[in-house]
Amino acid sequence: MNGLVIDPALVESLLVNFLREEVGHNGFTKALLGVSGGVDSAVVAALAARAFGPSNVLGVMMPYRTSDPASEAHARLLISELGIASRKVDISGMADGYLGGANIEQPMRRGNVMARCRMIVLYDLSVEWSGLVLGTSNKTEILLGYSTQWGDSASALNPIGDLYKDQIYQLARHLNVPVPILDKAPSADLFPGQTDEGELGFTYADADRLLYLMVDERMRESELVERGFAPEFIRKLAARIAATQFKRVPPIIAKLSHRTINQDFRYLRDWGK
Amino acid sequence: MDCRVTLAQTNPTLGNLAANLRDHVERIRAATAAGSQLIVFPELSLTGYFLKDQTVDLALPLGAKELDELATLSKSISIVVGFVERSKDGRIYNSVAFFEDGRVLAVHRKVHLVTYGMFDEQREFAAGEEFRAIESKLGRFGVLICEDAWHVSSGYQHFLNNVDTLLVPSNSPGRGIGGGESDLQSRRTWNTLLESHGRFFQTWVVYANRVGWEDGVVFSGGTRIVDPFGDVACALDGFDAGTLQGRVESRTLERARVMTPLRRDAKPWILAEALKRGLAKDGGA
Repeated sequence: MNGLVIDPALVESLLVNFLREEVGHNGFTKALLGVSGGVDSAVVAALAARAFGPSNVLGVMMPYRTSDPASEAHARLLISELGIASRKVDISGMADGYLGGANIEQPMRRGNVMARCRMIVLYDLSVEWSGLVLGTSNKTEILLGYSTQWGDSASALNPIGDLYKDQIYQLARHLNVPVPILDKAPSADLFPGQTDEGELGFTYADADRLLYLMVDERMRESELVERGFAPEFIRKLAARIAATQFKRVPPIIAKLSHRTINQDFRYLRDWGK
Repeated sequence: MDCRVTLAQTNPTLGNLAANLRDHVERIRAATAAGSQLIVFPELSLTGYFLKDQTVDLALPLGAKELDELATLSKSISIVVGFVERSKDGRIYNSVAFFEDGRVLAVHRKVHLVTYGMFDEQREFAAGEEFRAIESKLGRFGVLICEDAWHVSSGYQHFLNNVDTLLVPSNSPGRGIGGGESDLQSRRTWNTLLESHGRFFQTWVVYANRVGWEDGVVFSGGTRIVDPFGDVACALDGFDAGTLQGRVESRTLERARVMTPLRRDAKPWILAEALKRGLAKDGGA
């Protein structure tokens, strides 16, 4: 059995149901998300359009002055095909207001500031739109910690966080995501020429196969080597997962009392809903 | 004895006893009006599942007004409901109550509390210690709450108890999308399990599972009745709340037991001897 192969119709029905019910638990019938022109946000937008109806979904384009114009073009293509509401907020002014004054040149820091500016915009617009912010991080990037904490990783709920990148593409094809979005190389578009796979140093295809066996099937290193993975690659990913655990949990709280939040004060977010 | 059954595939509000009780009452009245003699709700149907620190606040002693309300309704229809039970000694159980003729006829406390992966029941609940048959005016029942059914010994005890219908109220979360299958792996496994129980324990199997989401976890429905040949008599598909009406019939039991006389040919004393010798203590490890 290939554990990465999904029946996209089954996954679509589950996730549409998830969005409707979990957003509904919070008393909302609308949602919004950042639409980057990439496949992850395209899939979430398509699911949300089915869950809430296109007019109840707001796709927000948030280019920076150095963003690839193709990103916005692809975002517009998606928005028009889905018929969802849209908004463009250029974040150059707000980002440069800080970056310029602080004289920040390092690409990673600049990229993180941009991602957090976009988070600020989405959470602010969520009030105006009366909707919840949907997350667009997939399982591969969450496990690899390939995201900006409190930036693109921030959301009220995330329908695709348990799907590997390869599974995102299977779902995207099923949801008729526009071909130019399916065909281009994944990129955070935080600096010119950036691609995910170039920055990570390995392909999503390899990472997905390894992560699936390591995380979902709990295979040991010896079993993974038997399946053809290089020990260095296995250790690199394992180390990366452990090193980025801080991005996957709430901030830790120093325990002083008998009842500490998230330690022995334990409730679901859906408490009473 | 033949019996008309309603299965309630519910979507409870987490920790909201009053809202869930209202939903129960409506469904019980509708089932009564439809001529059912028995209505079966899922595990923890009065409370929802991932209760964590809410568990203790929602625990009801037998005699609580919420349970009394259901008992009163059981004058017209027998009722099987899942709830958090507080025993006289203060322990908290994941329990199912069988109401009949205006009173609690029996309570089953979940024996096999599920504590692995996404589950943490042993943190919240004390474990039940027995599988007893329930002698109802509608027939002889055995209750297996969700994970109870995953241990063959539970069903086997009810096989030895000569029950005619296994009631399996559950809160099974849906999971497992790999392999390109058109249904979740967890649902396919449950279907296999229920059909096996029907066939090998030669009982009717009445499975009431809930639906809905709690913090990103879906409960996967699939409520159904399986006959003593292991065939599905009726079922709900999909992931929506709903109602299933079916029948359990004694004639089908008789035919299944004539065709394959597993009950007649069971030799439980061999197992009893083996257990007495202590074979089961360390599993041969």
